[in-house]
Amino acid sequence: MKPPSGPARKVIPITPVAPGAADAAAEMVSLYEAQKKIYPRSIHGAFARWRWAMVALTQLVFYVMPWLQWGERQMVLFDLGARRFYLFGLVLYPQDFIYLTGLLIVSAMSLFLFTAVAGRLWCGFACPQTVYTEIFMWIEHRVEGDRSARLRLDAGGWTFEKVRKKALKQFLWIAVALWTGFTFVGYFVPIRQLSGELLAMQGGWQIFWVLFYGFATYGNAGFMREQVCKYMCPYARFQSAMFDRDTLIVTYDDARGEPRGPRTKTVDYKAKGLGDCIDCTLCVQVCPVGIDIRNGLQYECIGCGLCVDACNTVMDKMHYPPGLIRFSTQNGVAAGWGRAQMLRRVLRPRVLIYSAVLVALCVGLLASLVMRTPLKVDVVRDRAALSRIVAGGQLENIYRLQIMNATESGQRYRIGASGLQGLRVASDAEVEIGAAESRWVAVRLQIPYGSAPPGSHAVQFDVQALGSGGHVAEKSVFLVPR
Amino acid sequence: MSDFTHNFWSLYVAGLTVVGILGCLLLLWITARKKVAPSSDNTTGHVWDEDLREMDNPMPRWWMWLFVLTIVFGFGYLAVYPGLGRFAGQFGWTQAGEYEAEMAKARTELAPLYARFAAMKTEEMAANPEAMAIGERLFMNNCAQCHGSDARGSKGFPSLADNDWLHGGAPENIRETLEKGRMGTMPPMAAAVGSPEDIRNLAHYVLSLSGSPHDSLRASLGKSKFTACAACHGMDGKGNTALGAPNLTDDIWLHGWGEAAITAMVNHGKVNVMPAQADKLTEAQIGVLTAYVWGLSNRANAVR
Repeated sequence: MKPPSGPARKVIPITPVAPGAADAAAEMVSLYEAQKKIYPRSIHGAFARWRWAMVALTQLVFYVMPWLQWGERQMVLFDLGARRFYLFGLVLYPQDFIYLTGLLIVSAMSLFLFTAVAGRLWCGFACPQTVYTEIFMWIEHRVEGDRSARLRLDAGGWTFEKVRKKALKQFLWIAVALWTGFTFVGYFVPIRQLSGELLAMQGGWQIFWVLFYGFATYGNAGFMREQVCKYMCPYARFQSAMFDRDTLIVTYDDARGEPRGPRTKTVDYKAKGLGDCIDCTLCVQVCPVGIDIRNGLQYECIGCGLCVDACNTVMDKMHYPPGLIRFSTQNGVAAGWGRAQMLRRVLRPRVLIYSAVLVALCVGLLASLVMRTPLKVDVVRDRAALSRIVAGGQLENIYRLQIMNATESGQRYRIGASGLQGLRVASDAEVEIGAAESRWVAVRLQIPYGSAPPGSHAVQFDVQALGSGGHVAEKSVFLVPR
Repeated sequence: MSDFTHNFWSLYVAGLTVVGILGCLLLLWITARKKVAPSSDNTTGHVWDEDLREMDNPMPRWWMWLFVLTIVFGFGYLAVYPGLGRFAGQFGWTQAGEYEAEMAKARTELAPLYARFAAMKTEEMAANPEAMAIGERLFMNNCAQCHGSDARGSKGFPSLADNDWLHGGAPENIRETLEKGRMGTMPPMAAAVGSPEDIRNLAHYVLSLSGSPHDSLRASLGKSKFTACAACHGMDGKGNTALGAPNLTDDIWLHGWGEAAITAMVNHGKVNVMPAQADKLTEAQIGVLTAYVWGLSNRANAVR
């Protein structure tokens, strides 16, 4: 099986070429190129197993999670309508958005750290684009056969057999895509209720979103595939900033492999001046992004390691040592280092800094989650009535406190205030608020008239949950008129 | 679209829009047909930071089709929504129309609720938690600006929670206040009272009515001057709800407390306005608000 013949892969040479020195013999090319369909060959090996393990793990979590209950409610539910976000035992509110921010920063930092150490681990093993492409390719493989069979099928005419296979594949793809879309929407709408509604064909928006995410899955995993990584993904664009010469990448050992060429198992190839590469092009055939790793590091490479599996299989058959294509670093390949020597260089400044920031963030995030009080208070000063004198020679300011009870049972709260001499709460000091409800409470603060100079004075509200002991302090100002 | 004073500018803007979109289409068409010779090393020839070079790979073709799709969408959008000068679009969409539609939808949804409230007496409504929750929101959005969040007012704005009513506190009085508004007028009385000294004495007499700190000698001198005030505030100073004249014998001071505030009032008078709400709020809303305000000073009979 010959590799698809196309123009030879162009690589940036190490020595710059004078600009404008165009090849006279170069063919004219269009500014746009049609997507070349890639027919990846399936392969078994250590990295393929890892890949499938990650597919199983991520998808098990994704598809099963919405069906699990936590007491009376869904375990994980992001109820946008009610603005409540249920995560296991936690009930988060829009005011807790900082935790999402923290989570996103932690994710970004983890990505930076992994990339600095081991290149595109995320891309090759855990990214939804990779995972769903893998699932869709597996269906394709089951229905239409492996690479050569698929190539033949697509090249051949429309027979009954071809129609049957294509229709079956599309049917299975659409089924998986719709189920994925349905599961995704199930994180935002209670999934049991959603399934009932969909069966009854109710809920226009829900149906729309299920179809929308289903279509996105179908299009991205079925058709766009590597195009997403090559042309759309921002992470793929800026990861090169995190690579250095000690980052683990998939490498081809030039020194050992070249000059490449076919040979039989028995021949003394070294005497013929050949390297270890037998030019079987298996590494090209298994590549999901359709590159030839033997041309060195390319921006399309997602670091999935399938070519490593393919090459090691061949090296095994030829009784050569494995690792002609292997995970290694640019320095490692150049100097012929072993694993231990490369590992020694893992703890370099950028890795240490990423790790330190990541650990600090995780600790901070967890600590703040543990110390979070299920009580939120917003203080809004009345803008119209700045202050007033009331009977008894008291100067009064008025505020509205929005008190949010973020627990799942009714609570009583005591409102206190401090910061000025003789400051007292003149309105009801205790309020009752139902489970997961919030109320606006008008609160009046008084000081004896003349006990503070004119101007604005900082005061502090203290809201205390009676019984549970949660406590929140909020700042405000007390105005004394001239 | 009254933004265009002259039809020419409408056409000018529409022309620019259409020509711009067609220009994009033309550019796409030209570049799709163009063929170039790639450089030998497949880079653009630019070099940054000594060794950073930009590759010169062709764009994917589907990218171009996406662009074409946006142009098709753009023309579709401009056909149905306003965007081409004065042309209103097939759907006739406007912001005001959108607002009206939303409001109409809200009104239809709330109609049964308000219909239920309209059938209730004020006292009944004040004891209904649902009505009071709505009343509170209406109050916060329409009344709290002047009367304060707790309805206790401030200088010049009466408190609604203290059982001291300028125009009467029965439900029908409150409803009338809300619907038609009120005009509280205190004419300048300096000429009727007499000299500045007389006015000071009068002020102390007024302070004495509510037992506020005052100079009793001045108060006894000022008592005779009070006849000028009695026409509205009554001989006993207890005010008159028919005229909206405040009660001077309670310790509630709408326009400030003490000698200076009272003399200023007598000298200059004041016009105080409660704006009418009948054209801002529906009758049912005013009914709910009436119950809410009535409940503020009849706490025993109202939910909070």
